[in-house]
This record gives sequence, C-alpha cells and structure tokens, in this order.
Amino acid sequence: MDNCKITVHNFNFYYGGVKVLKNISMEIPENRVTGIIGPSGCGKSTFLRSINRMNDTILGARAEGRIVIDGRNIYDDDIDVVGVRRKVGMVFQKSNPFPKSIFENVAYGLRINGEKDRYRIEEAVEKSLKDAALWDEVKDRLNKNAFELSGGQQQRLCIARALAVEPEILLMDEPASALDPTATLKIEELIQELKKKYTIVIVTHNMQQAARISDFTAFFMLGELIEYNITSIIFTKPSRKITEDYITGRFG
Amino acid sequence: MAYSRIKENTIHGLFFFNGVLVIVVLVGIFVLLITKSMPAFKEISLLHFLFSFKWNPTASFVEPSYGIWSMIVSTFMVSIGALFIALPLGVGTAAYLSDVASYRVREIFKPLVEILAGIPSVVIGFLGIVLVGPVIAKIFRLSNGLNALNGAILLAIMALPTIISLSEEALKGVPKSFEEASLALGATKWQTLTRVKIPAALSGIIAASMLGMGRAIGETMTVLMATGCALAMPKSFLDSVQTMTATIAIELGEVPYDTTHYYALFAIGLVLFIITFVINMISDIILHKYQRVIK
Repeated sequence: MDNCKITVHNFNFYYGGVKVLKNISMEIPENRVTGIIGPSGCGKSTFLRSINRMNDTILGARAEGRIVIDGRNIYDDDIDVVGVRRKVGMVFQKSNPFPKSIFENVAYGLRINGEKDRYRIEEAVEKSLKDAALWDEVKDRLNKNAFELSGGQQQRLCIARALAVEPEILLMDEPASALDPTATLKIEELIQELKKKYTIVIVTHNMQQAARISDFTAFFMLGELIEYNITSIIFTKPSRKITEDYITGRFG
Repeated sequence: MAYSRIKENTIHGLFFFNGVLVIVVLVGIFVLLITKSMPAFKEISLLHFLFSFKWNPTASFVEPSYGIWSMIVSTFMVSIGALFIALPLGVGTAAYLSDVASYRVREIFKPLVEILAGIPSVVIGFLGIVLVGPVIAKIFRLSNGLNALNGAILLAIMALPTIISLSEEALKGVPKSFEEASLALGATKWQTLTRVKIPAALSGIIAASMLGMGRAIGETMTVLMATGCALAMPKSFLDSVQTMTATIAIELGEVPYDTTHYYALFAIGLVLFIITFVINMISDIILHKYQRVIK
C-alpha cells in the first residue's frame, strides 16, 4: 500500500444515544482518491465529517476512538480544531458559495488567516481558480456575485475556495450529486488532476462514479465498514456477499 | 356542494374585507391629516413651516411664528442617537442569542426581551427622570439631566427588542451551509460570525434598525418626560429639546379649535407621518432585496 495519510483506529460515533459509526478502522493512502460508498443512512457522510471534525457543530454528537493524521490524533483534547480544518479542506454536497464576489469567495480562506498583502491574495486566487479549472470561465468577472455562476461552476468555485488555504487533504461529500452529466464529468476530471497534490476522500452515491474515479473503495453499511480494498477488486471480486449485492444493484 | 361554495366565498370575502380595512384606515388617516393641516398653509408658507426654527404660536405682542425646524432636528437627534446606542447592543445581543447562547439561556433570554417590549413608555419616561437624568447630570456636571442624550438612551431601550428580535431572525435565516463552509475553511466562530453571517444578514439587520427607528421617531410620552421640553435649536446632545411628537401632545389639548395653531399641529403630524412612512418603506424594500438574494 502507498504512504498512509489518515489512520482510523476503532472509531465510534454517536448522535445523542444512537451509535451511527461502529468501530471503524482503516488506512487512507496519500495522494490517492478513496471512495466511500454505501446506501443512504449508512454513516458515510458522518464518517467524512469526522475527518475534519465538522460534526462538532452538531448538538449531542460524541466521538470515540482515534483518527490520526500525520501522526497526530485529531480527537486529542489539546488539538487545535481550527488548525485541523485548515489542513483538511471540505467540499459539500450542495455548492455553498458565500454571498460575495467570486474573488472574495476564494480570498476568504486567506483573509481569515490574516493575509493582507493584496498581491499575494490575487496570486493565490488565480492559482486556486486555475487548479479548480474555473479560471478561464471567470477571469473577466471576478467581481461578480458568485450566485451568478451555474451550478457546476459554483461547485468548482467551492473547490477553488477550499484549495486556496492549501490543505493537504480534501474531503468531498457527493460533490457532483446535484450536477448535470457534463458538469459532473468536469468535476471528475478535476479530481484526477487534484490527487497529484492532495489526498482525496470522496463520498458518493453513484457506484459508476466510484468505479471511475477512486483508487480505493470502502463500502459502508449500517454504520459498519463492510469491505475496503483496491477499487477494481471491490467491483470485480468482492470478498463479501453483501458488497456484491450492493454493487450489482440488488439493494440500496 | 352549493353550501360549501357559499361558505368558501363568505370566508374569502371576510378576509378580503379585513385586508381592505387596513388600507382604508391608512388612507383615511392620511386624508384626515392632509385636510386638517391644509388650512394652516393659508397663513404659513411651507418653507417657513419646515425650516424656520422659531415656534411661538401664542405670541401676543409680536406676530406668531410656526417654524418646526428645531423640532425636526430634535426628533432626528434623539432617534438617530437612540439608533447609535441600540444598534451595537442589539446586534451583539442577537448574535449572542443565535450563535453563542446555549438552548436554555436562549429560552430564558428571549421572553425577557419580549417583556422589555411590553413596558409602557410612561414607565420608561419615569426611569429617565429618576435614574438616567440624575446620572447624566452627575457625569456631565449639569443642573439637570433632561436632555437629548437622556431621550436617546431611553428610546434605545425601547428600540432594542425590535432590533434584537429581527436581527436574531435575520442571523438565523442565514443558511447553515454558509456557516459550515466558513468553519470548514478553518475560520473561528468569531470570524464566521463577523465575516459571513452578519454580512449575509446585513439587510435584515438594517431593516430591523429602520423599524426600530421608525418606532423611536413616533414615540411621544418618553421623550416628553425625559428631554426637558425646550423649544430651541439644540446645539449638542446635552441640550434640552422638544420633539415633534411632544409638541403635539403638549399643545393639542389646549389649543383653540379652528385656529392656525390648531391646524399647524396637524401639519406637524403630517410631517411625522410622512417621515415614518418613508422609513418603513425603505426598510421594507431592503428586506425584500435581502430575501431575494438568499434564495
């Protein structure tokens, strides 16, 4: 296996009294795309949001076990959560640009980090938009409101915004589920480009998409990690019957 | 079948009538104010009325004069002063309630804010005389503390509930996805609040303060009691002032019917009506713009 970036040890997660993630352990490799599939409500989004501690914002949520990124358990009591989130970027299911200009959306992450140098901000915005394959479409209207962009463009803007703070890991929660096929294809091509620099974990509902873009695939069900392997193995000769039933569309 | 349709139509008509009634009352008040104030302008020129600051309708040895400029200035001083005090306090409280306070604190706090809205203005005016006034007098070494500053502080207290409730609603209306996006980028809660949530809710907050100010401008009893009632051009917030509302309240009871003075008081009411109407309309426009953007 490749260099391991994220190690999950016996991770449990509760909403109120309900256990939604059960004893998850897995290793996520660096500079690869790891896909997470599974039926609705299987805990795949919760798992993804555990990796940057976004679940902290939910009332009554509780985590047990460890998620280690670069040798540091992000659930240690003395960890700087804000620092974790700067290192682990996130793209959401529904594109959520701020009601600001295109430029300001991408510049936001830099500004909250205290960057004031106009030139460096401009440079970083251009670079991030180029990395997100959006630059050519927006370079003449950077001061326009982000809501004027199409759905697919908005999602790439959100990717650019996440890239601008130079994270090492990028979490994507069904980033293409609300997009049409052309826009989806663009995002998928972009992910292939991005994995050269980032470790990507992507939740997807779409099994063809998982098969196309991910190097490794994890199959979750009812809060458990059922099977985790190289994508081609998961999709051609899974070791568990239930995995096969799911990927052949017998349920879910 | 026919019966249910009659019922349906009756209810429809009833609601329509209620809606129309509001408009009729509004237009009725406007027409009344215009017809009652028009006779005043036979004697006074509009320009003199609005921009002369000498109000002396009962002068017996000299020509009576009807200038309300000092009252307009007083009214705006007191209400804009109130806004300056109430806005930071109100938005701060709203942000605390929507983003920081625990569920329990919020449930205790919100009814308290509502109770504040229910305190009669005469009680607030009383507070101004016995508490705020002496404190101001002491701090600024004045003979008494009944002045524009006192009025502004009291009106700020009265505008707070409106500003808090509406601002909190505006902040709550900011989609959770904005907040999540900001936090996921490594922003702190404070940065998320000041750089994303408040700007996104800004038009709602502006509308809230306009409504609060609309109320402050029309407020009568409090300013009558606490601002000292001096009909002169105020030079600072520490001068006693008399607002438009206070003048009407003081003089309308004693003025002889069918005199220029009588009609001039209605004209003051008309000016007041137009000012609050414009302010409410602006806040409404801002609020609608805000709702469109968020969708």
